[in-house]
Amino acid sequence: MKHLLMLLCLVFFAGQVFARAPLPGDSVYQLEVRLTDQDGHDWPWAARRGHVQVVSMFYTSCTMVCPMVVDTMKLTAKALDESARGRLDLLLVSFDPARDSVAALREYADRRKLNAPPWTLARAESQDARQLAALLGLQYRQLPDGDFNHSSELILLDADGRILARSDVMGRLDPDFVQAVRKALAAK
Amino acid sequence: MNALRSLPILMLGALLSLPAAAANYAALPGGLFTSVMPADGKAAPVTIEPFQLRTEPVTNAEFLAFVQTHPQWRRDRVAGIFADGRYLSHWAAADVLGSEAQPSQPVTQISWFAAQAYCESEQARLPSWYEWEYAAAADDHRADARNDPAWRERVLAWYGRPSNTPLPAIGGAADVHGVSDLNGLVWEWVGDFNALLVGVDSRDQDGADKLKFCGAGALTMQQKENYASLMRVAMLSALKASDTTSSMGFRCARSH
Repeated sequence: MKHLLMLLCLVFFAGQVFARAPLPGDSVYQLEVRLTDQDGHDWPWAARRGHVQVVSMFYTSCTMVCPMVVDTMKLTAKALDESARGRLDLLLVSFDPARDSVAALREYADRRKLNAPPWTLARAESQDARQLAALLGLQYRQLPDGDFNHSSELILLDADGRILARSDVMGRLDPDFVQAVRKALAAK
Repeated sequence: MNALRSLPILMLGALLSLPAAAANYAALPGGLFTSVMPADGKAAPVTIEPFQLRTEPVTNAEFLAFVQTHPQWRRDRVAGIFADGRYLSHWAAADVLGSEAQPSQPVTQISWFAAQAYCESEQARLPSWYEWEYAAAADDHRADARNDPAWRERVLAWYGRPSNTPLPAIGGAADVHGVSDLNGLVWEWVGDFNALLVGVDSRDQDGADKLKFCGAGALTMQQKENYASLMRVAMLSALKASDTTSSMGFRCARSH
């Protein structure tokens, strides 16, 4: 009983602290957009707050650089020691809402063995995806054949949504970026 | 007594601070359009659906009315992620235009996010690059005057204007669609400014660029003689969504 009470107090206190800490002005979570993940759950973008994560944007029917974006995220996570790896979240947001349904995201996650956690694959309505890309400094453009031109970058966010580092090194490890991830996880 | 004497001034003040009359939008028919940025990265024309475009860029007075009703966009309250440190810095205060910002000048020092939010407040959106480029191709009697060397020269002349010259007010002559001041006043944000993907050096189509821009690589720009549009594209593609500059303004559009 005493333990339960203490636990309740702790939860209550932690909740208060979390609720009261104002969002920094340079936090990406200032943007109000909604995402839907590979399990069909719908949540506000700001619900990602509280986690150090590596984020990028992609589309599942991409055959060129996108598989490399995923591979590079995998490599980056693998370069961490186990305890750090367990605390890093990985988020991929699609900029192709027309074709990337929840089912398509799920199928892609299964095929590429991107299990939750740490992986979240998500979609956003096209206006929201455009805003999210602008916020993260990513570029994309749909071509008449349905493919996309897009920039490929990994972005590191701290728990409050500040952009700590970015890397456009694809297909191999970027030591500076890995170092930034380690530092972010140690600081948490 | 004092209050009575200042009544006319108060009334004048009230009149001036009234929200501007609803903005005017002109209907543009759209159609097939040959852009400097071909749809497929090579030569394909783009199809533009009919849309409406604001006849004038948004002015300082209009944006002031907006920040008064949407205080989260005041320069002293805006979240840093949405606008850089120079956002509305030419205004005398967060809610005062002052001498450096005339009410009928186009508002500048505006970020993409702020422009988006303003357009939403008018039940509108930012135009796409193709919509903007298509609209800006018109003159007073042609929907597409771009092949006329005289037109090109007139448009280009503006780019040679020193950047420290004060901005003219809105109210230029209307084009064939009834839209004014697309060329010759300010640079304007477009909704898909981050879809232009022009490489730092677009001659470099191999190697590093291929990786940076997945897909067809950086776009090849066409119509090299149309420098004015190419400069717009280069400028827009170099900006971040939170950037503001002393010559970048915006206008809004609506789908039909």
